[in-house]
Amino acid sequence: MPEQSEQSEQADILFTDEQGQLMEIAQTFSANKSPIANVRQQMTAAGSIEADLWAEIADLGWLGVAIPEEYGGSGLGLGEVVSIVEPMGRNLFASPLISTTLAAQVILATGDAEQKSQWLPQLAGGTVAALALSEAHGDWDLSNLTCTATLVGDRLDLSGGKTFVTDAAMADLFVVSVALDGAPALILLEASDLPSDALRQEIVIDETRRSYGMDLDGVSVSRDNLLRGGDIAASLKSLHLAACLLYAAEMCGGTVGVINVTLEYLTTRRQFDHFIGAYQALKHPMVDALTGLEAARSHLYHAATVFDFGGEPRDRGGRAEIAVRMAKAQAADAFAFASDRAIQFHGAFGFTYECDAQLYRRRALWCEQQHGDSQHHCKHLAPLLL
Amino acid sequence: MSISTQEEVEFQAEVSAWFTENKPADPGFLLPQSFMEVGTDQQFDFLRTWQRKVYEAGYLGMAWPTEYGGGGRDQAFQDIATAEMVAQKVPFMTNTIGLSWAGPLILNMGSDAQREAYIKRILSAEDIWCQGFSEPDHGSDLGNAQLRAVRDGDEFVLNGSKIWTSLGSYADFMILLARSNTETNTKYDGLSYFLIPMKIPGIDPVPIKKLTGEFGFTQTFFDNARVSDSCLIGEEGKGWQVAMKTLTFERAVSGGQAGGVHSMQVSTREVVALARHAMRDGRPAIEDPIVRDKLVSFLMEERGLDLNNQRDKIPGLAPEWPGAISMARKLTNSEWRRRLNQFAISLQGANASRYVGDEAAIDGGRWQRGYLNAFSGTIGGGTSQVQKNIVGERVLGLPKSE
Repeated sequence: MPEQSEQSEQADILFTDEQGQLMEIAQTFSANKSPIANVRQQMTAAGSIEADLWAEIADLGWLGVAIPEEYGGSGLGLGEVVSIVEPMGRNLFASPLISTTLAAQVILATGDAEQKSQWLPQLAGGTVAALALSEAHGDWDLSNLTCTATLVGDRLDLSGGKTFVTDAAMADLFVVSVALDGAPALILLEASDLPSDALRQEIVIDETRRSYGMDLDGVSVSRDNLLRGGDIAASLKSLHLAACLLYAAEMCGGTVGVINVTLEYLTTRRQFDHFIGAYQALKHPMVDALTGLEAARSHLYHAATVFDFGGEPRDRGGRAEIAVRMAKAQAADAFAFASDRAIQFHGAFGFTYECDAQLYRRRALWCEQQHGDSQHHCKHLAPLLL
Repeated sequence: MSISTQEEVEFQAEVSAWFTENKPADPGFLLPQSFMEVGTDQQFDFLRTWQRKVYEAGYLGMAWPTEYGGGGRDQAFQDIATAEMVAQKVPFMTNTIGLSWAGPLILNMGSDAQREAYIKRILSAEDIWCQGFSEPDHGSDLGNAQLRAVRDGDEFVLNGSKIWTSLGSYADFMILLARSNTETNTKYDGLSYFLIPMKIPGIDPVPIKKLTGEFGFTQTFFDNARVSDSCLIGEEGKGWQVAMKTLTFERAVSGGQAGGVHSMQVSTREVVALARHAMRDGRPAIEDPIVRDKLVSFLMEERGLDLNNQRDKIPGLAPEWPGAISMARKLTNSEWRRRLNQFAISLQGANASRYVGDEAAIDGGRWQRGYLNAFSGTIGGGTSQVQKNIVGERVLGLPKSE
């Protein structure tokens, strides 16, 4: 496809052989390991994923996809991680893959040589990392921090509480955001740094997730745990956008999944002498769901092509930020619509816990409300576009 | 793509220079936005001359065979030339039905004699083509066509009427779907497909006044019009299959079109410009948070449609439902265009009430006219509602609606 303008030095959408292979493997793996019966069974288990299945994911190399080879990864990028997350989302596969991937990216961008060589090989190998970024006020602005760190000698005394720390109970490493002397700072905590009662499980709308509140009062760590390299405020923004990208992938996958669940019902359920999918009142909104999905996927793979964690210098005119925000907004809208209609189109069955439509609707609500809903991203797109 | 980057860059520079040099000046009258809106002789003559000029310069039908007047070059060259026409906002190629539907169809299914007779003259706009599919009593239900074609020796006698014939008053030829047999098992088996001359006794295109007050198409009456059986394309009785093939060209599901720009693009950027000038409560409308939110939504949707076209060409990212993007393209793009025009009107305050012809009408009233004309996109070629049935059934596999 010839470039239509000289403004862009690279194509809007690139899709490599690696991405294609990863996507194919992830699709097969997710379908095999996360059929809907397993998803429901896992919802009542202690963790979001069993340890042996997590170990299989590590063995597949998925946790090191975006980690450089010198640290034990495969040296690809977040674009390749998108190719894994989308098929996982399709099967409502829950795991700390997103948080572990993002933790590695932020360590890569802001860690010093010792932090990188200590943690990146471990994360590539299956050590679980959790992100402690949100706070009780619920503001999506990650720089709005009430948690603090105070330097006392060579120790950092922490205070305050973090929320929505997913998979905290199985994490060995935490990336925690705090205010230090009035400026945002990122601290690496190990599970052993936390008192036994520091984590409190939250009851969240997406029952495939395990989310925790984290009490930082009384926690004290060495100042060496600070991530010191690079611009922390900029890294927090990159982290936010990277999370948006991966959530957009998960939501696109989820939209495919819920459209399939609904189609199955519309082509087998009969009412008034017809398969209900023959009625235009149901058929036409399904086409709206499909066109919403296709637009969202196009935005997603464009964002996957142009976004690079900490890659501000290449981001001329906010191209990557625009792409990622659009991808998150469109995927959220597509998933919300498809999963909302999925409940409605299952009729009375849709109102039951047994119907799978609710699993997708709850997943969609979680994903939309983490890291900004579509209105929020539209608001932030306006100054970039107008 | 089989051309080198070097060739691509050189060709890009060449076309860019040619269109910059030869782009016609403002004719001094409002040009139509697509072939469906050509309403006056003045507009038609201007557009026909322009298409001929582009063809003679070598930038139309570049990938069509040389023996029939094409350029015989790689499709990539045509794509570059077409993109340049869009980028420079030059007037569209008015012989759209010939270039994009009839031409590829004739190249694909026609006899050598038909290719010889028609292809070059389609490119040069010497022959203008129109389409005779819809009928007054069944617009989107093509298979139900009732215009009669009765065999009489080596001729067919045509009786009935076709409607919504764009360029009907100007066309030299028509692609025609007619009923040649009324006693078949299914309605589809009795159809035949013809390439017929328009300027013969018994064919009378009568202009229809559109909702805009302008003329743009005709109802075409057939009263014992006689055509040779050599006008058939495909076998007698196999017209449905030929019509379906035509629709794949019309909906750009199949490639092989001559290329060139076919409608004036509307861009959200133009509406953003409008919002900078429009006033709300003493301030530019673009400062209104609700207006901003809507503009961002339109920009995002426009970007998504553009990215869809790019993603559709990447095999590894083909959708779960093959054809989802291409089969829904008319639906998504025409509906977007209608809503964008409507929104552009809403930005004009009290002046939104003016129309084409009023001196104070904003942008000459193009948004008002554009909105009304946008329904040709959401209705013509199968309404959006029919498109949703098609996509729901053929792409998603839902059962047919009764």
